[in-house]
Amino acid sequence: MGSEKTPVTSRELMNQMLKRHYEEAYQAKESGKLVCWSTSIAPQELLTTMDIVTLYPENHAAALGARKDSPTFIEHTESMGYSSDLCSYARVNLAYTELGHSKAENMPLPDLLLCTSNICHTVIKWYENLSKELNIPLIMFDTPFNHTDEVQEHNAKYMKAQIYHAIEQLEEITGKSFDFDRLQEVMKISNETSEWWKKATDMAIHTPSPLNGFDLFNYMAIIVFARGTQEGRALFQLWHDELAEKVKLGQGPWNDREERYRILWDGIACWPYLNHNYKTLKNLGMNVVTSTYPKSWTVTYETGDIEGMAKAYSMNVYPNRNLNYDVENMVSLARKFQLDGIVFHSNRSCKLMDFRQYELQRRIYEECGVPSVIFDGDQTDPRLFSEAQYETRMQALAEMMEESKRKKGRD
Amino acid sequence: MFLGIDIGSSSSKAVLLDEEKNILAAEVYPLGTGTRGVQEVLQLAFAATKRSPDSVLYTVATGYGRMNYKGADKQITEISCHAKGMRFLQPDVRTIIDIGGQDTKVIRLDESGGIENFVMNDKCAAGTGRFLEVMARVLDCHISDLSALAGKGQNPVPISNMCTVFAESEVISHLSNNVSLENVASGAVLSIAKRVSGMAKRLGAVPRVMMTGGGSLNHSLVAAISEQLELAIDVPANPQVIGALGAAVFAHTLYQKQS
Repeated sequence: MGSEKTPVTSRELMNQMLKRHYEEAYQAKESGKLVCWSTSIAPQELLTTMDIVTLYPENHAAALGARKDSPTFIEHTESMGYSSDLCSYARVNLAYTELGHSKAENMPLPDLLLCTSNICHTVIKWYENLSKELNIPLIMFDTPFNHTDEVQEHNAKYMKAQIYHAIEQLEEITGKSFDFDRLQEVMKISNETSEWWKKATDMAIHTPSPLNGFDLFNYMAIIVFARGTQEGRALFQLWHDELAEKVKLGQGPWNDREERYRILWDGIACWPYLNHNYKTLKNLGMNVVTSTYPKSWTVTYETGDIEGMAKAYSMNVYPNRNLNYDVENMVSLARKFQLDGIVFHSNRSCKLMDFRQYELQRRIYEECGVPSVIFDGDQTDPRLFSEAQYETRMQALAEMMEESKRKKGRD
Repeated sequence: MFLGIDIGSSSSKAVLLDEEKNILAAEVYPLGTGTRGVQEVLQLAFAATKRSPDSVLYTVATGYGRMNYKGADKQITEISCHAKGMRFLQPDVRTIIDIGGQDTKVIRLDESGGIENFVMNDKCAAGTGRFLEVMARVLDCHISDLSALAGKGQNPVPISNMCTVFAESEVISHLSNNVSLENVASGAVLSIAKRVSGMAKRLGAVPRVMMTGGGSLNHSLVAAISEQLELAIDVPANPQVIGALGAAVFAHTLYQKQS
């Protein structure tokens, strides 16, 4: 028997993977490998098959936001002539592209770009600008909005054709022919990683939840970039097993506090105030047990089915689905996770997500009586958030949830 | 005796209740959190009761400065306190519109007085008391005279800017174009009424509607919101102390529970 190594925890593995992600990208770039920048929920399967190193500007912008380095870039972009109403991820990234250095986290500039319109339409113009400024090829994968409950046939054909066109573009850019057998393997791993991500995050259905919900946001960085890798799959399997063990032991999210209220967080995190947001909730005994947003990385389809893959990218992302889907999805989450309340982040950067919030809030209350609050903030622009206002709203939600629990007890 | 203290952004309010929930004192001092307003209002309140501060059995703090008040046994948000206070005075209230210094909120209550939902203004000062203060300053009148001035305006001039700073410039430009003070004042009041009634409509205002906070001292504003909502609005006798009253009622209840 070989010497036994102390098994690393999923958190240690996550931190190692995060650290290596950008380091390895620099090494790859130096050795002549191609680096691609991609939107966060895109068919990375194609790039992974071609052995192209893929980085995610949204992930990078979020990291800069969380490490308090976003203002430098946001102000720079505004001085370049971009509007302060533009998505702050775009503002951070457009400036990073020009400045090329951050004291918080660095990534090499790209040789090509992959943009998928399933998350929003700002990304189309953002990536077109990058392509023009850097004079590099852009692969566009356009996923029309789903007004209907299923992807319409003509849209499926349109998206499938785009995948084949993207493959041709990649062959032209790399000078290599595309290996469809390798694609099958990558598809298989990607599906399995997505399944483990879902299984792990679903462990929060237990009461108390073994998962401190802000970990959803931490682990999300990995699902963004490691979905097509064996290491990614292993990480989420390990995380799942750790959480299952906690459930077995009856352990909740925290050692020093009980989970008093189970809540859903709607929208992107407010990265510059992540710690403040988390502590405020924790002090009130509020645990985020699920969220609409991290679920977007559960991209599953039949291995080998290119049209199915295209459809999955169009359907798994709620901003690309209609309002009825949103309501049904959130109501089912409310029941499945036994929610006491919902926090909506009215994110200045993301008009697409904000647009439906009021109606969503109204319909969810009507359907299942779960109280909720909306707070104003931004994913990376720290100028658009007020700590005191956030605290008052969260405390008010706690008071409403307490009242609701009291009534239920009385009933 | 039970103390409810509401430490707002621009004023401090205190209410003292006796064991039978009779109001012994209800005071307002026009200085908010981080100032001597808290000490001043407490002095006024205790002087009115002629009882010693030592006889306070339980204290609940609310408002923007609630976390910084050392003497509190518990902090409760102004949303719950306004609901509690208004309901204590007026059991059939279902909608509360509160216009404070930097927060405007609309709260909808269910039949048993529980909070069904609420909305508050975002970071922007539009639709808050601060907007009224800025307008009064530009119009060169005291905040307490703004209502009467606006009441005289026959043709309110539209103020289209939501941003308080831009709205101020807009008002200045109207004044320099010789629009009367009355019509500008009336326009400013109408602008805030539209914003607040928009919030109330979004929430679904149901009668009986009551208005609280410093903003409700402006009768022209109350009338304008009522017109926008097409609903009657009532204002309690001392609308600024409702949050503090709710806090005092909570203090009474929590003390009973504790003992």
